[in-house]
Amino acid sequence: MELQKLSTDVLIIGGGTAGCYAAITIGEHSPDTKVLICEKANIRRSGCLAAGVNALNAYITDGQTPQDYVDYARKDAEGIVRGDLLLTMSEKLNAVTEHLERLGLVILKDEKGKYVTRGKRNLKINGENIKPLLADAVYSMKNVTVLNHVNMTDFSVSENRIKGAFGFNVRKEIFYSITAKAVIICTGGAAGLYQPNNTGFSRHKMWYPPFNTGAGYAMGIRAGAEMTTFEMRFIALRCKDTIAPTGTLAQGVSAKQINAQGEVYEDKYGLTTSQRVHGTVMENINGRGPCYLKTEGITSEQDDALLRAYLNMSPSQTIKWLESGKMPSQQNVEIEGTEPYIVGGHTASGYWVDTDRETTIHGLFAAGDVAGGCPQKYVTGALAEGSIAAQSALRYIDSHDFSGISDEEISRHFWEAEKFLDRDNAPFDCEQLEEAMQTVMDRYAGGIRTNYRYNEKQLAAANERISQIEKLAETLCADDMHELMSIYELRERLTVCKSLIAHLAARKETRWHSFAENLDYPERDDENYLCYINSRLENGRIRIIRRRPVKEDEHYEHNDRQ
Amino acid sequence: MSIMIDSEKCIGCGRCAEVCPGNLIAMDGKAYMKYPKDCWGCTSCIKECSAGAVKFFLGADMGGMGSLVHTRQQGDILTWVMECPDGSVKEIHINRKESNRY
Repeated sequence: MELQKLSTDVLIIGGGTAGCYAAITIGEHSPDTKVLICEKANIRRSGCLAAGVNALNAYITDGQTPQDYVDYARKDAEGIVRGDLLLTMSEKLNAVTEHLERLGLVILKDEKGKYVTRGKRNLKINGENIKPLLADAVYSMKNVTVLNHVNMTDFSVSENRIKGAFGFNVRKEIFYSITAKAVIICTGGAAGLYQPNNTGFSRHKMWYPPFNTGAGYAMGIRAGAEMTTFEMRFIALRCKDTIAPTGTLAQGVSAKQINAQGEVYEDKYGLTTSQRVHGTVMENINGRGPCYLKTEGITSEQDDALLRAYLNMSPSQTIKWLESGKMPSQQNVEIEGTEPYIVGGHTASGYWVDTDRETTIHGLFAAGDVAGGCPQKYVTGALAEGSIAAQSALRYIDSHDFSGISDEEISRHFWEAEKFLDRDNAPFDCEQLEEAMQTVMDRYAGGIRTNYRYNEKQLAAANERISQIEKLAETLCADDMHELMSIYELRERLTVCKSLIAHLAARKETRWHSFAENLDYPERDDENYLCYINSRLENGRIRIIRRRPVKEDEHYEHNDRQ
Repeated sequence: MSIMIDSEKCIGCGRCAEVCPGNLIAMDGKAYMKYPKDCWGCTSCIKECSAGAVKFFLGADMGGMGSLVHTRQQGDILTWVMECPDGSVKEIHINRKESNRY
């Protein structure tokens, strides 16, 4: 590989929803600040919103307040949220929504020009082109440079202060060492840790992007950043096979969850996100599966509207209906839970940040699915966090200059990557080890196979096997830069798996069915576990830290970091 | 589910390869799908292709029946074209300026 050294004021890693919006925020507020986005694919269609999005699910509608949104998210997460993060996000939801509309997003309005709402928090949109719109806005900023197809893999940190990051081009043999005054990490969450619903040819037909491999989590873990709430996994309830969204059916045509006998079962288990998944699991265990969303009997106009709505966000479902010749009005839609993901935009997993979204590493800020403590962000919440992190990074660089990266450190990271390219004849390939990892997580760390349940003995077995696979991953070889990317992605996932297992073992209660269902401790234990489970990698070992709840009237600062 | 690229129709512009969020499409004069099993099914590539060369299909393992889908764009209208195995063609026109009803 050829070595290229770059420098920028603010480095944004990941050009998805949050990353693009962070860049737009700096572009608008501080046009002299140099910004560089490094994106593994191309910001035009990268990240969670590549296919589009069906609705804006986080908006403060008439009669609702930001505090109502905080209360809703807290209830859904059974108390394990950061009030300060949720409130500062909620206060910005409507402003970023209006900005999105100015950027060109189509939002449905009534004859008086007001947004048409879907339920208490949702807006109806055409979100098929949301990512190209954000990308166009980024490219209109003169101070923002975009490096597409560049995969960042490691931070440069000394004395707990960020200095920059390392990575490589996934198409050309170029290794990058990038110095920055501040870094905003926006790499999204982690998919592909567990064996997915579809295990064969369509293995990547999953809810969360299979290209979001937990890179940001892994980089932070390795650099000693504190992480929170990995044990609150996210499992989506989806249309079977296509893994398409169910919300459009549930909210759009009021389809209820029913079992094979036609009984509505959702009332039996509760209506939080985890309870909806749990109910479906239990109906199947008790012989009343498969489960469905009851769509039979809807009108042909509703059929037509659904075909169109799904084309704008999850086209496989539309094709499935057309190919089968049976419209939703003629056949109920079968549903299932997905494999578990780690994703801070839906649940609360991710970096432990202060109210300004600074991580425990000085000068490293986090936004979107990679940032913890603030669930139910969805699209607009990710934008809100991108803007908060960007403003905080701007304040930080006012008083902090570059601190250079040493040649020795560059060389160490360069050769760590180069060794995979130089080697040949490895006994295993990346795909085999990924499969091994997913099988271990599925069987021993609460995957689909065990109905998302686990016990301590299983978690210990998972930890042992994942540690072995980590060693095997070091023996891999790469024929080209794409394969090198795959090796780094596997290593990132393994790092996240180990932290996840430690978190699952540390919460000795069952607060959320399915998301974290510990068979050794099947009850909720507020006396001991109404707290955050955090972790830090110290000298190769994961240390668990328990922290008290932070309420929304508090401005949280890191008081005990180095 | 995945895509296939009709090399007769491909004009070699490289736009599909540029936008694929998984970096799965490669160029050899014309575009080809290098990693078919790694496709997420986002259909970004078929919306980028002005030649109608990139075609999307559902895998047999998720109930696919062999229909091939590409898109055509004219102004604000995005047309999804589904070529079925029996030779019939279905089209759905989406106005990009219109919101979803649901």
